[in-house]
Amino acid sequence: MRAAEGSPIAGIPGFLARVGRHTVAAVRETGYAAVLTGEALMWLAVGARRRQPVRVSAIFAEAMETGVRALPIVTVLALTIGVMLAVQGIHTLAQFGAESQVTTGIALSVVREFAPLITGILVAGRTGSALAARIGTMRISQEIDALRVMGIAPVRFLVTPALVAMVVMVPCLAFWADAVALLGGGLYVGLELGMSLSAYFDRIFAALTTDDLLHGLGKSAIFGLLITVIGVVNGAMVSGGAEGVGRASTRAVVHAISALVVTDMLFVLVLTR
Amino acid sequence: MTHTSRTPRADGEAAVGEPVITVEHLDTHFGERQVLANVDLTVRRGEILVIMGGSGSGKSTLLNHLLGLLRPSAGTVRILGHDINALDQVSLTDLRCRMGVAFQGGALFSSMTVGENIMLPLREHTRLDARTMRIMARLKMEVVNLAGFEDLMPAELSGGMVKRAAFARAIVMDPAILFCDEPSAGLDPVVASTIDQLILDLRAAFGMTIVVVTHELESAFTIADRICVLDQGRVRILDTPENVRASPDVRVQALLNRRIETPEVDPESYLQRLTGDIL
Repeated sequence: MRAAEGSPIAGIPGFLARVGRHTVAAVRETGYAAVLTGEALMWLAVGARRRQPVRVSAIFAEAMETGVRALPIVTVLALTIGVMLAVQGIHTLAQFGAESQVTTGIALSVVREFAPLITGILVAGRTGSALAARIGTMRISQEIDALRVMGIAPVRFLVTPALVAMVVMVPCLAFWADAVALLGGGLYVGLELGMSLSAYFDRIFAALTTDDLLHGLGKSAIFGLLITVIGVVNGAMVSGGAEGVGRASTRAVVHAISALVVTDMLFVLVLTR
Repeated sequence: MTHTSRTPRADGEAAVGEPVITVEHLDTHFGERQVLANVDLTVRRGEILVIMGGSGSGKSTLLNHLLGLLRPSAGTVRILGHDINALDQVSLTDLRCRMGVAFQGGALFSSMTVGENIMLPLREHTRLDARTMRIMARLKMEVVNLAGFEDLMPAELSGGMVKRAAFARAIVMDPAILFCDEPSAGLDPVVASTIDQLILDLRAAFGMTIVVVTHELESAFTIADRICVLDQGRVRILDTPENVRASPDVRVQALLNRRIETPEVDPESYLQRLTGDIL
């Protein structure tokens, strides 16, 4: 029976249908992402035996694009974040007369949180969107079909090299961001508090443990995996030509950043408390 | 390379080789909609078979089945003696190395040069050294009259050149079967006729079996040994071009003469279709 027009419940069936459709789509995409990850890892493990080897040259090409070419922008952002944390830290701690304790705050927040998260967000915007656009364009121009009919497994050829490169290069970028952000913070602390760089880094290393570093780098590796899978899934679902590619690219960035922030929160909840 | 014209077969048989493609009782559904219904088809060695039909007739779906890109609801597709839907991954890769496909839009990889595109199957499936691969790619580029363009990017090629490059990539592994999806679509008549001639030349030079999906009538009658006309997912006729042209079937003649068949409209159902879910 249909609800009368204008009744407060008139829109409920449509709303529930929409919620249902979105839920089914989300479950389907999650399942596809899981299968895709499994298949990419499977090709890495047994590709050579099945005459579908994952080319080292392809991994290097992806690593150059994902990692080396992102270095300038990571450097700029990390330096800025380091300075910003130092300014904010000194300003806050000055209320308690504890400005010199800013080094501990900078060390932990950069290595455990800011460097991995900022690097992840940057790579999601830069490489995740490019991956979605590339896969989407290849799909609508039948390049994926061309790979399949040439006997080349598309996941092995396109996804596995990108996945390996991201899982390796995002932690490398995060490590670089750690170093640059700590340096940025050190330069400002030196100017503001007159602390030498060597004294600053002595305090930084005293505040940090190997666990802190591994926490940040481990998180970055997971971010790399998430960005790749989300980019590929969105690219593989493209329909509707160039407009569809644009939509997929935007969606990949939004989904990846959301996934990164939620994953980061889960890491903090599980490992920091 | 000398140009070769199609040789009509005097005995009325389109081709004499053994079957290399056999389609039996093929049914395909997309959701509730049946796209192919009980399609039976045989392609013999060395034959050029043209699959024709209007938009939505199911010809692209049939091609996707022949390429193993779709799984049928029922029926079998045997390529070179193998059920393409029952092969394991390694055997399917082996089979695909014996098939070449020239896609409608070329499907060249935009991030690679034309030469790299053509060499890709060699790089992935052979242990040839780089120099030998380049020579083989150049050889195929000579065959399709594209010599000297190996360092260009696909975006720098004209429509006809893209099709030629797609042909070069499709034949670089010397396949037993070549599939062409709308090879002359979107080309001017002169360039389209050179593509038709290229298909005939490839068969003459390499003895390939060629399956062409097209809606270009002139092209179909120029190159085909046999023509398969698909209509609403069913094989309407599968015969020599002469017999297809002479077919008394009204729908075949409608396709050949580009006549539009307007179905009779029942006013009641028409009104229901327009307003049923709104009023």
